[in-house]
Amino acid sequence: MLFLSEIIKTQDNILNVHSIESFGTHDGPGVRFVIFLQGCKLKCLYCHNPDTIGLEGGKPYHIETLFSLILKSKPYFGKNGGVTVSGGEPLLQAKALIPLFKKLKEAGIHTALDTNGRILNHFAQELLDAYTDLVMLDVKHMTEEGYQYITGMKNKETTFNFSRYRELSSKPMWLRYVLIPGLTDQTELLQSMGNYFKNYKTIERLEIQPYHKLGVHKWDALGWDYKLKNARENTIEEIEHAVQTLKPYFKKVVVN
Amino acid sequence: MEVKPFLDGLWTESVNVRSFVFNNITPYHGNAEFLEGPTFRTKKLWSICKKAMAEERNNNGIRSIDTETISTIDAFDPGYIDKESEVIVGLQTDDLLKRTMKPFGGFKVVNKALSEYGLKPNKKIKELFSKYVKTHNDGVFDAYNDEIKKYRSLGILTGLPDNYARGRIIGDYRRLALYGLDFLIKKKTEDLAKVTGPMTDDVIRLREEISEQIKALRAMKRLGDKYGLDLSRPAQNAQEAVQWTYMAYLAAVKEQDGAAMSLGNVSTFLDIYIENDLQKGRITEAEAQEYIDQLVMKLRMVRHLRMKAYEEIFAGDPTWVTEAIGGMFSDSRTKVTKTSFRFLNTLYNLGPSPEPNMTVLWSEDLPENFKKFCAKVAIETSSLQFENDRLMRELRHSDDYGIACCVSHQDLGKSIQFFGARTNLAKTLLLALNGGRCELTGVQIFEGVPLDKDEYLDFDKVMTNFKIAMQEIARVYSDTMNIIHFMHDKYYYEKAQMALIDTNPHINIAYGIAGLSIVADSLSAIKYAKVKPVRNEKGLTVDFKIEGEFPKYGNDDDRVDQLAAQAVSDFNHELKQFPVYKNAEPSLSVLTITSNIAYGRKTGATPDGRAQGVPFAPGANPMQGRDENGAIASLNSVAKINYSDAQDGISNTFSIVPKSLGPDIETRVENLTSILDGYFENNAQHININVLDKETLLDAMKHPENYPQLTVRVSGYAVNFVRLTREQQIEVISRSFHEMM
Repeated sequence: MLFLSEIIKTQDNILNVHSIESFGTHDGPGVRFVIFLQGCKLKCLYCHNPDTIGLEGGKPYHIETLFSLILKSKPYFGKNGGVTVSGGEPLLQAKALIPLFKKLKEAGIHTALDTNGRILNHFAQELLDAYTDLVMLDVKHMTEEGYQYITGMKNKETTFNFSRYRELSSKPMWLRYVLIPGLTDQTELLQSMGNYFKNYKTIERLEIQPYHKLGVHKWDALGWDYKLKNARENTIEEIEHAVQTLKPYFKKVVVN
Repeated sequence: MEVKPFLDGLWTESVNVRSFVFNNITPYHGNAEFLEGPTFRTKKLWSICKKAMAEERNNNGIRSIDTETISTIDAFDPGYIDKESEVIVGLQTDDLLKRTMKPFGGFKVVNKALSEYGLKPNKKIKELFSKYVKTHNDGVFDAYNDEIKKYRSLGILTGLPDNYARGRIIGDYRRLALYGLDFLIKKKTEDLAKVTGPMTDDVIRLREEISEQIKALRAMKRLGDKYGLDLSRPAQNAQEAVQWTYMAYLAAVKEQDGAAMSLGNVSTFLDIYIENDLQKGRITEAEAQEYIDQLVMKLRMVRHLRMKAYEEIFAGDPTWVTEAIGGMFSDSRTKVTKTSFRFLNTLYNLGPSPEPNMTVLWSEDLPENFKKFCAKVAIETSSLQFENDRLMRELRHSDDYGIACCVSHQDLGKSIQFFGARTNLAKTLLLALNGGRCELTGVQIFEGVPLDKDEYLDFDKVMTNFKIAMQEIARVYSDTMNIIHFMHDKYYYEKAQMALIDTNPHINIAYGIAGLSIVADSLSAIKYAKVKPVRNEKGLTVDFKIEGEFPKYGNDDDRVDQLAAQAVSDFNHELKQFPVYKNAEPSLSVLTITSNIAYGRKTGATPDGRAQGVPFAPGANPMQGRDENGAIASLNSVAKINYSDAQDGISNTFSIVPKSLGPDIETRVENLTSILDGYFENNAQHININVLDKETLLDAMKHPENYPQLTVRVSGYAVNFVRLTREQQIEVISRSFHEMM
């Protein structure tokens, strides 16, 4: 097993890791070994892990180190579990993820990526097409205005380019959608999302992620201003309404 | 007497319950849908019990105490909860939850316990035990030397059964149902005749013991008579099988008040009788469940008289009626039967409860439906623990076993264990750093370790001195154990239980350690960071300054996990170097019960950065809050402690908030099943599962009256949360609850 002090400093095999959760149960099917990578170019207002946003920081991990840690978790994966790479934005480090995912596939381990879908370079394409069993794509907002407001970046079309690319590969995808009262939970927005994706064949489920404020203290710790201070958490009725609105369009709607 | 409907085997001629079960079991692979709720009678009885338990809670933990009688197998008139509703009868006394005097372990303790409740023993009894009758406790202190007394008073050896009953012995209570007393007396009489001269110490002692056992069997006959049961013959139907088995257990808990008095593995055995009666149409499923519900209810009502100091090491008034459920036979058939389900179902029919201490023997090969049901019960009740059946079968070479107390394998009817509490391994390390002196008092505990005056601790030097310290502790620990068990046999022999065990069984002498995670992290800090001891004017370490980072146990990091595994292996090795009473085989556990708090209090600051007085982590758990990579990394660290080095068991208590286990019950069941499969595939031995919100526990602290049955698993057993002291409640809440971002 390789450790921090022994890492060979070749960027190709190094991932910049924010943290590891060896028992993830909310980021893909079954029990997941979740790697949160450091760095994301979006700065979503509700981000509950804002400390993963900065491109600096994080701990360098050799992919062999990660692989050996994962192998020790393999007995816990059962029939459905595996590895999820989240972030941060994992595709920022797509190049180094390729050899890791390749090894995981050779070891018969299920792989999943949790992404905002803004990156689709040839590294990302190779990673997605050859080694990623499941993509979990975050849909931020159905309007350009909303997308910019939430993420601080332009061009909502990146999300849809990404979903089209995945659809063409015929490989499984889940959508994830953060439900914020007054911002993303309007019936018409939900219907517009449903209409947009209703003919997709690769989408196995839509996950609604109710809004919560558990990450606010991390924003404070970073000295950043939390703009959604006045937002409130969803009521049970609002969540149920969103589920019912979206159900007709998707194979499965899950509240996560 | 009707012709027995069962297939013959070795059991027909000799006492061999395994052979009976092996030849007659009906393994069950189906799901839980067949289960029935409680009958009207059961509900009626349970409401009386609940009322009595509320009275007990509201009266300082005691409903009533008998001060006039020495409790023996056939002492007391028969007792009932509500006679006409009871299909399984028998109480320890003539009344529900009445505690009794069992003074042969130590009269001073009985006297103290009574005085704490403002009571005095009967004058004649007091006179007898003050002037004429000697107890186990008296014998031990006659033999203890100054060295042992010093180790004891400074908290190096604690919780030793030198003033209370050792427990841990599991009678094969099934024998009474399968054979009846006449046959058992005949067999023991034959055994006695075979033990002949030359009359050396061993032979004389064994002859006396067998004679005592025969007397106990006769006393069981009288106990049965009081309840109108003819225990001289075998049980002839399911109700009798349950009743007879319970009577054997009742005899044991009337005579003994051992810390842990396990039931064994009766569920699979009883299923054979139940299945036979169901097949023949003699009973319904509701009646089958009623027998088990009422048996379990009786087991929940077992009580012993304890003094308050006992709470420190065994909090929450536990009795450890441990029942092992499930597992596999060596021929790869499962031992899971419908009655395995029925036992677990009592946690729904009667609500969650710490007792009986239900222990699922887990194997990857268990029927999927059973695995799922166990996971569901664990999630919904936090009342189950799980142990690695495959691992224990492979290393202990027996597939018919019970669990003594929390984690200790015991071949039923074939082997017993001499319980020995534990020593403080973290303090042992501190002794090594302080030239053999106690870090708190400066008292010289042993010689032979040079005083460490280095500015920074040197790993190799520390390891050399730690080994010497281990050798010294092991030597005194072994001496102490020999004295305790010699005297226990002499003055408080478990004649009822031993009557239901083979003559001359295999014996494990069971040592234990506390503070493993502190030792591992301390050694890791010394090895991978720089540790500077802060010494007082006497040269004793009072604190440690750590410079740099070091890997911590609980993160699946081999660098430190191997230090933990090595410490266990080394100490286990040292314990095997001494002559042992009755040629018992030494074994070691990593288990604290609730003594991790008391140990913490008596241990100075440690090189891992833990401050003086801070509680230890329980059992083999990582220290609170140091496992940073999630639950599985934490479990994997514990799994690296080799069971072959700690065959008395390695306890891990796992607490998780429901949401972290998955979004819905279906997913949670699936994920918990995956955890158990993975953990045990990695050769871990034991795990307690708590699925609870911290908020629930905090609310229960504020409003205990709303949570009379709230059960939490601590190190190897379960307790009613509301019966813990405030300090213990806070400690339980402060433990690592696995919770994701």
